[in-house]
Amino acid sequence: MQYNHDAQGYWKATLGLLTKILIIWFLVSFGAGILFAEVLNNIMLGGYPLGFWFAQQGSIYVFIALIFYYGKKMGDIDREFDVHED
Amino acid sequence: MDLQTTIYLVVGASFALYIGIAIWSRAGSTSEFYVAGGSVPPVMNGMATAADWMSAASFISMAGLISNMGYGGGLFLMGWTGGYVLLAMLLAPYLRKFGKFTVPQFIGDRYYSKSASTVAVLCLLVASITYIIGQMTGVGVAFSRFLGVSSEVGIYVGMGIVFVYAVFGGMKGITYTQVAQYIVLIFAYIIPAVFISVQLTGNPIPQLGLGSSLIGQDISLLAKLDSVVTDLGFGKYTTTTAGSTLNMFVYTMSLMIGTAGLPHVIMRFFTVPSVAAARSSAGWALVFIALLYTTAPAVAAMAKTNLIRTITPGVVMLHADPYLAESQIQYEERPDWMKRWEKTGLLKFEDKNGDGRIQYYNDKTKNEAVKAKFDAAGWKGNELTVNADIIVLANPEIALLPNWVIALVAAGGLAAALSTAAGLLMAISSAVSHDLIKGVFAPNISEKGELLAGKIAMAVAIVVSGWLGLNPPGFAAGTVALAFGIAASTLFPAIMMGIFSKKMNKEGAIAGMLAGLTVTLFYVFAHKGIFFVKGTEYLDLIGGANSFFTITPEAFGAIGALVNFAVAFAVDKVTKEPPEHIQHMVEAVRVPRGSKAVDGAH
Repeated sequence: MQYNHDAQGYWKATLGLLTKILIIWFLVSFGAGILFAEVLNNIMLGGYPLGFWFAQQGSIYVFIALIFYYGKKMGDIDREFDVHED
Repeated sequence: MDLQTTIYLVVGASFALYIGIAIWSRAGSTSEFYVAGGSVPPVMNGMATAADWMSAASFISMAGLISNMGYGGGLFLMGWTGGYVLLAMLLAPYLRKFGKFTVPQFIGDRYYSKSASTVAVLCLLVASITYIIGQMTGVGVAFSRFLGVSSEVGIYVGMGIVFVYAVFGGMKGITYTQVAQYIVLIFAYIIPAVFISVQLTGNPIPQLGLGSSLIGQDISLLAKLDSVVTDLGFGKYTTTTAGSTLNMFVYTMSLMIGTAGLPHVIMRFFTVPSVAAARSSAGWALVFIALLYTTAPAVAAMAKTNLIRTITPGVVMLHADPYLAESQIQYEERPDWMKRWEKTGLLKFEDKNGDGRIQYYNDKTKNEAVKAKFDAAGWKGNELTVNADIIVLANPEIALLPNWVIALVAAGGLAAALSTAAGLLMAISSAVSHDLIKGVFAPNISEKGELLAGKIAMAVAIVVSGWLGLNPPGFAAGTVALAFGIAASTLFPAIMMGIFSKKMNKEGAIAGMLAGLTVTLFYVFAHKGIFFVKGTEYLDLIGGANSFFTITPEAFGAIGALVNFAVAFAVDKVTKEPPEHIQHMVEAVRVPRGSKAVDGAH
C-alpha cells in the first residue's frame, strides 16, 4: 500500500503527544500518589491529606481528562497530516 | 416485608430485566451480534464496557480491601483506572485499525506465526482462569449471604449459575443488557454510599463526604478514623502503604499494564465503529468506571468507621475510651447483621478472654504503648474476624439502611460477578475452540464441533476455577490482581512491541511472552502453590515470602513485563528481522485512514 502523506512526521507527532501525556500520567499517580505522597500529606484539601487524595481520588480525575485530551489532540494531528478517517 | 424476601424479589427482578432486554433486542438484531458497539452511541458503549470491566473484584472486594489497607489500597484505584490511559493511547486505536476480533489473532498475524498465537492463547488461558477464580470467590460470598449458606455452598451455586449464564451466551454480546447491568450495579453501589455519607458527615456526595467533618464534630472523618484505628493498634488509615513503597509502586504498575493487556477488555475496542471512536470510548468507559472507583474509597473508610462504631458504639461519635469494658458491646446483644453473616462462616467471633464482650483490634501491633493498654484492659487477642470480601455487601446492613438498599446491593454484586465471569468464559471458549483447535490442531473441524469444543472449554474452566475458588489464593481482588500480573507480563508487551517496534520479530515476541509467563508464574506459585493448589508452595526455594526486593506476588507482573521486554529485544537482536510485508503492515496500522469494519473471519 502506498501512502502519500508524511508518515514519519505523523508518527513523530504522535509519539510526542504520547510522551507528554505519559509524563502527566506518571506524575499524578506514581509521583503525587506514591513517591511524594508523604510530603504532600502535609497539605490539606478540606479533610483530605493531599497525597492520600491523589492516590484515592485525584489521579482518577486526571486520567479521565488525559484520555479526552488525547482523543482531541490526536484528531487534530490526524487532520494536520491528512490521515483522518472519512 | 422481611429482608430475605426483599432480596429474592430485587435480585429476581434484576435478572428478569436482563433476560427481557436480551430477548427484546435479540429479535431485531441477530446480525449485529458481534458488532454490538457498531450502532451504539459512544456513551452507551462506554457504559457497557464499564459493566464488562467491573467485576466482583471491583464491586464486592475492592472497597473491603481498601478498608483494611487504608491509603495503600489506593493502588487498586490508580492501577485499575490508570490502565485505561495506556489502553486508549497505546493499544486501542491501533488494534481497531488492525481489524481482527481476538488478541491471539493479532499476535498470530503480526508475528506471522501460528506458534506465536498459540503462546498467546496459553497466556490468555492462564490469565483468564486466574481471573475467574477471583470471580468465583466473590460469587461465593454473594450467594452465601443471599441464600444464608456457607461460602462453599455459595460457590457451588455460583458455578451452576455462571455456567447457565455463560452458555446462554449471546446475552453477553448485547450492549443494551450490559447497559442495564451497569445501571443496576452503579445504583447498587452509590445509593448506600450516599445514605452512609449523609449519616456520618451530612454531605450527600460520598467523594466530598470523605473529605468532610463528622456530623456534629469539628474533626474530619479521616482524622478521626486515623486516631481511632491507631488506638486499636492498626496502622494510620491515611498513610499506611501496601508493603514497601517500592511494592506499592510496582503493584500499581502491574495493575495498569495488566488492564491494558487483558483480552476481554481489549476485545471491546475491536468492535467500535472507527479509530477515533476507539480513542474516545476508552474515555467514556473510564468516566463510568470512575463513578464507582471514586466512591469506593468513601465506602471503604466509612465502612471501617461504622464497623468500629458497631463494636464500640461510643468511640467514634462521642469520645468514649475504647479500652473500657463498657465501651464494647456484649456478644449476646450483637446486631442482626452479624448473626446473618456468621452463618456464612465469613464473620467469626471467639471470646478469648471470656468476658462476653467483643474486642476488635490488631493484636499483632508493633506499637508497645498501645500494646500495654491492650494488656491493661485484659484483652487476650482479637476476637472478631471479618473477611474483607464481605465489607461491601454487609456495609448497608452495618449502617442499618432500609431492606431495599441491602437487596439492591446483593443484586449489584451478582450482576458484576456474573457479567465479567461470562465475558471471560467467552474469551476462553473462543481462544480454545477458534484460535487453538481450529487454528492449530484440527483446521477442518466442523462448525458444530468448534462450538462444542468451546462449550467444553467453558465447563472445564468453571469446574477448575470453582474448585480452586474453594481454597482461593487470596481475597477476590487479590486473586484478580494476580491475573492482571500475568496479563501484564505476557500479552501487554507483545502487543505493544507489535505496534511500536516495526522490527520486532516472531522469535523475540515468543521468547518474551514465555519468559514473562515463566518468571511471573514461578514467583506467584512459590507463594500461592503450584497452579494455586494449597500445600504445594515452595517459598524456601526463593528464600522466603516477598524475597524479591519485598515485592508481593500480586505486584510481580510489572517485573515479569520488564523481563518480557528485555528477553524479546535480546532475542530480536540475534535473529533475522521480520519480512517486508509485516513491516508495511505495522506502518499501515499506525495511521487511522482506511480503517474498515472488523472482519473477524469467525
